[in-house]
Amino acid sequence: MSTVARHPFPGEPARSSSDVRLSVEQVSYAYAPHPSQAPLFTLEATSFQAKPGELIAILGPNASGKSTLLKLISGALGPLSGRIFLNGFATHSLPVKTRAQRIALVQQESRLLFPSRAWEFVLQGRHPYGGGLRFESEEDVIIAGNALAQVGATHLADRWMDKVSGGEKQRIILARALAQQPLLLLLDEPTLHLDIGAQVDLLESLRRLAAQNRYTVVVVTHELNLAGEYADQVVLMQRGKCLRVGTPATVLQREILEQVFQAPLSVEKTASGRPRVTLFNK
Amino acid sequence: MRPLTLTRLLVRCGILAAILFAVVVLALKLGAVQVSLYGLGRDLIGLLLHRTNTLSTDYGMIVLDIRLPRILLGIVVGASLSVAGASFQALLRNPLADPYVLGVSSGAALGAIVALIIEGHLNLSPEMAGLITPIGAFIGAALTIAAVYVLGRRDGQIDSTTLLLGGIISASFLSAVIMMLMTTLSGNNLRGTAFWLMGDLSTPQPRSLLYFLSFGFIVAAGAIYTTASDLNLLLAGEKEAMHLGVDVPRVRIVVYLAASILTGLAVSVSGAIGYVGLLVPHVMRLIFGSDHRMLLPASALGGAIALVIADTLARTVTSPTDLPVGAMTAMAGAPLFIYLLRRKLA
Repeated sequence: MSTVARHPFPGEPARSSSDVRLSVEQVSYAYAPHPSQAPLFTLEATSFQAKPGELIAILGPNASGKSTLLKLISGALGPLSGRIFLNGFATHSLPVKTRAQRIALVQQESRLLFPSRAWEFVLQGRHPYGGGLRFESEEDVIIAGNALAQVGATHLADRWMDKVSGGEKQRIILARALAQQPLLLLLDEPTLHLDIGAQVDLLESLRRLAAQNRYTVVVVTHELNLAGEYADQVVLMQRGKCLRVGTPATVLQREILEQVFQAPLSVEKTASGRPRVTLFNK
Repeated sequence: MRPLTLTRLLVRCGILAAILFAVVVLALKLGAVQVSLYGLGRDLIGLLLHRTNTLSTDYGMIVLDIRLPRILLGIVVGASLSVAGASFQALLRNPLADPYVLGVSSGAALGAIVALIIEGHLNLSPEMAGLITPIGAFIGAALTIAAVYVLGRRDGQIDSTTLLLGGIISASFLSAVIMMLMTTLSGNNLRGTAFWLMGDLSTPQPRSLLYFLSFGFIVAAGAIYTTASDLNLLLAGEKEAMHLGVDVPRVRIVVYLAASILTGLAVSVSGAIGYVGLLVPHVMRLIFGSDHRMLLPASALGGAIALVIADTLARTVTSPTDLPVGAMTAMAGAPLFIYLLRRKLA
């Protein structure tokens, strides 16, 4: 069966590979506090593509433009030039509600003004599918329950959000993103406040979820080894420039990493053929 | 998992409505002129069931023409202030926000006074003249909340402390302007205005104004209610709400305008009554949780109950002299406010 990709913009070149889900095409961005001033931060033309089930890691030191790139992909920011397509639609031009049905974002900090229970929090992920006043349906409750089960947090359902540990909270936030039933799952530094065990757990579940649910997962991180071990593709960023895109083995190489992170490193291959980065003392 | 259902919402509101009804009956009974609760209850039920069409002449006029309009006014004002408070708390992401603390009530009061002064120079029909104060109060409320919102923003996000300080400073500035304008008033007007500023329900209002207030309340509170589940997500921040499909700018403008209308309407008839808008939503949140689909109607009913009780106390504690109801709510509210502050809700 031949499928014709939908193109919302006439005159746009047809893309041959129909299984590309996320396509970041020559995207750039400039941030200036005032339009008349010189930009404080720029992101230079960046491109990569991702398929369903793939896990992409955006790597780089602080202020390299990782989070800006993620915001552009999420559609929260509009690119200065270039385009970002999700299944052929520009993410920034999607209506807010449609966007929330297709893209779920897990942010660093999720602070609540008034405490709620974990299940209430996860049910919020169903919001993009309902109207202003609609009460949650049986189906919503089942989907939220499944989401909690998928991250192994069913037992936390009745706990208060301000009474769970950092790792548990991260799992509940992830469950809410799963309840959105997105095509694209974005995570901004999800491992930041987690201990090493919880970090591995999280990446393992992301790997598994990406395969099971055919999500495309994009993770911003500066954990070189987690990216090396779990990512299908790595996007390496430095000072607003995308230096390399490719498999962990092609991107995580000693010379370029030492230059980017300004630290002496060594890179070995593990038994699985994945790169492992070790830091030396200066 | 037990998500809110329509049945549960209606049952809870029904219970609150029953409490409100009981409070209203009690408020009709209490006052300088003694009325027997049994006789009043019997007559009221008869009246509701159309068995009789008047109340006993002994107290009928006092109950129906003096106490009842004041109670109805208290219901609308209390409900308006509480719904406005709950909305401001969600919109500004600040548990200590309410029309009074943020200076919005002062802004509305100033707007109302300016409208009164302007009205003296215009030749308006009595009906139009009656509406000019609520409109002035609404404009004052809307301008103040806009100013406080701008003052409270830092790097595109609302900063809790800056916001509250902005509100307090706006309130004191606006009060100073009100004081200046009041020195131009004389004698009876001055006492009336001073009483009104403290928050007061004792001034008899024409029936048409009560209808106008009720209509305004239904429209504005209804508009806020359509955003109830969006407000739930806004509690986690504007960016996060946006990623969950909330049209943040639209919700902000709807809630901002509607809450200003509610504050303006309430202040134009009753002055600046404090703490109702702050405390009632908190108490309701402790009982029913922070889902706005439940919280908003519960706050409306709870605000009505609280203000009718406060006004009844204001009428009876120093009987036959009236206290301003604002003094009652502040006396009960300030200690509760401090308690909430100490619990680190801010």
